Amino acid sequence: MEITKRQELSEIARKIRIGIVESTNAAGCGHPGGSLSIADVLAWLYFGGEMNINPNDPAWADRDRLVLSKGHAAPALYSTLALRGFFPVEDLKTLRKPDSHLQGHPNMHKTPGVDMSTGSLGQGISAACGMALSAKLDNKDYRVYAIVGDGESQEGEVWEAAMFASHFKLDNLCAVIDLNGLQIDGKVTDVMDIAPMDKKFAAFGWNVFECDAHDLDSVEKAFTAAREAKGAPSVILSHSVKGKGVSFMENNAGWHGKATNAKEFEQAMAELRGEA
Amino acid sequence: MADKKATREALGDELTALGAVREDLVVLTADLADATRVEYFRHKYPERFIECGIAEANMMGVAAGLAATGKVAVASSFAMFAAGRAFEQIRNSIGYTELNVKIAATHAGVSVGEDGASHQCNEDIALMRTIPGMTVINPADYTEARTALRAAVEMNGPCYIRFGRAAVPDLSAEDENYSFEIGKGRLLSEGKDVTVIASGLTVAMALEAKEILKADGIDAEIINIHTIKPLDTELVCASAKKTGCVVTAEEHNIIGGLGSAVAEALSENCPVIMRRVGVEDVWGKSGSAGALLDIYGISAANIAAKAKEAYLAKKNG
Ligand SMILES: Cc1ncc(C[n+]2csc(CCOP(=O)(O)OP(=O)(O)O)c2C)c(N)n1
Ligand SMILES: [Mg+2]
Repeated sequence: MEITKRQELSEIARKIRIGIVESTNAAGCGHPGGSLSIADVLAWLYFGGEMNINPNDPAWADRDRLVLSKGHAAPALYSTLALRGFFPVEDLKTLRKPDSHLQGHPNMHKTPGVDMSTGSLGQGISAACGMALSAKLDNKDYRVYAIVGDGESQEGEVWEAAMFASHFKLDNLCAVIDLNGLQIDGKVTDVMDIAPMDKKFAAFGWNVFECDAHDLDSVEKAFTAAREAKGAPSVILSHSVKGKGVSFMENNAGWHGKATNAKEFEQAMAELRGEA
Repeated sequence: MADKKATREALGDELTALGAVREDLVVLTADLADATRVEYFRHKYPERFIECGIAEANMMGVAAGLAATGKVAVASSFAMFAAGRAFEQIRNSIGYTELNVKIAATHAGVSVGEDGASHQCNEDIALMRTIPGMTVINPADYTEARTALRAAVEMNGPCYIRFGRAAVPDLSAEDENYSFEIGKGRLLSEGKDVTVIASGLTVAMALEAKEILKADGIDAEIINIHTIKPLDTELVCASAKKTGCVVTAEEHNIIGGLGSAVAEALSENCPVIMRRVGVEDVWGKSGSAGALLDIYGISAANIAAKAKEAYLAKKNG
């Protein structure tokens, strides 16, 4: 991609990360680790020209859809949607408060731009299959994206969905598996190994692509290939770093589900502002 | 004031204690070892600890298999993903088979807090209660949770025990006459005007409500129903006959849980005026545990208000 575009998108990814850290810090809880690992992919989807959406008309029937199957990464989605103009960026500070439209996990009826309520792992990818099938039934050409955790991929339902999507030749469906290598109890390889994901998805009849989740050129390449692949659903195995962008959160399972204290917040923000 | 502790702490502590005396005890988790506190058991008995990954349905089936070959299997997760996600596995592989699996479900109810509605299971007791032969226990505090877990492991057959995330006063620890038997309710405080039947974290609230009611000249009887199934119908009906009106209080949908169980018992045996405190068939939301309990009316103040309402309805009846 052009240098200016890459710079623009990485600047947006940086702002998404700032929103993640600020919102979880304000809430005093939440899931920064798995949010930070998908910031660049979300920047590509919502700002790179990948998704056909309209912030002024979030319910537009022909829009592309995104299902955050790993719903605990809501802060990343909220931050992205706010920056894209679906609602004011100031709202991020209300995360996880009773009267906020920004609930702990995504709610499609409360937050403009959220296409599916999620939070219980494994279910989002099934809903994405339903949306993609619906487009086929209606002869519409919108695309559906599902972001799935690597730990989440241990759920049997993910593989039921995988079977379904290829059976119905849902080539308008693109699943992104966020391979950050960690879940709550530790390393995915130690908890319950999911490898080899490329061979598993291939065996289920999917087109398999891989990318470096933090290299926008690599991300663009994978999504473009996925869009061009016809006749079967596509999966992008997105190799990421949990906590990416905040040094002390990177590759640390301890940052799955907790917010920064005052000192950690200052350090994280300094790093994200490029001051550290 | 009694010490405050979350009942999930009791799960970790008591499993670890039981591990020493029960070599047939195995514990399973689905990527939630720390939050459920079964981590304490893993620490001490790693060889009898089974990490299943994020796959609750499979975990329940595996627990059934372990039990079918002579082990006592404790399968743990959040209530939402144990009773909810794996309901049918529990029903068919654990309930129908009458296997010796104990389902330890933490993070039940709205007191889960900020994670919000997707994680706040207000339906688990309703679900579990409808499975034939399933014992359903909802301990009030840390001491009761430890005692209940021990009793559940000692009994034969399937059992569902609910644990909370929020810290609650450990009243049972200070109760000199404390005793626990599965299926036997506990009469905590006698009264003659209205019966308040509580379970889980509402027990402490009910005792507080008694004091509020006293100021209004209403003398409330407080009962702790830790075992929702089998229900202590005898105790419930004896108290209802005495006071003539009943209020239930639970951190659960008012449909299907303690309130329903008590209503079923009363309507068949001794119908009286009744009110139910609990989540009134609405969705949860994000917020601190304390704020949410207030928002949903799970509080001493609301228990007292409903008790007064029931009392006046009876009096003016
Ligand atoms: C069905 C279900 N089981 C358990 C949980 C609790 N939980 C929330 S996040 C998580 C770990 C997720 O790991 P992963 O999918 O790798 O997410 P990431 O590393 O991207 O944060 C678990 C077990 C849940 N939300 N849903
Ligand atoms: Mg992960």
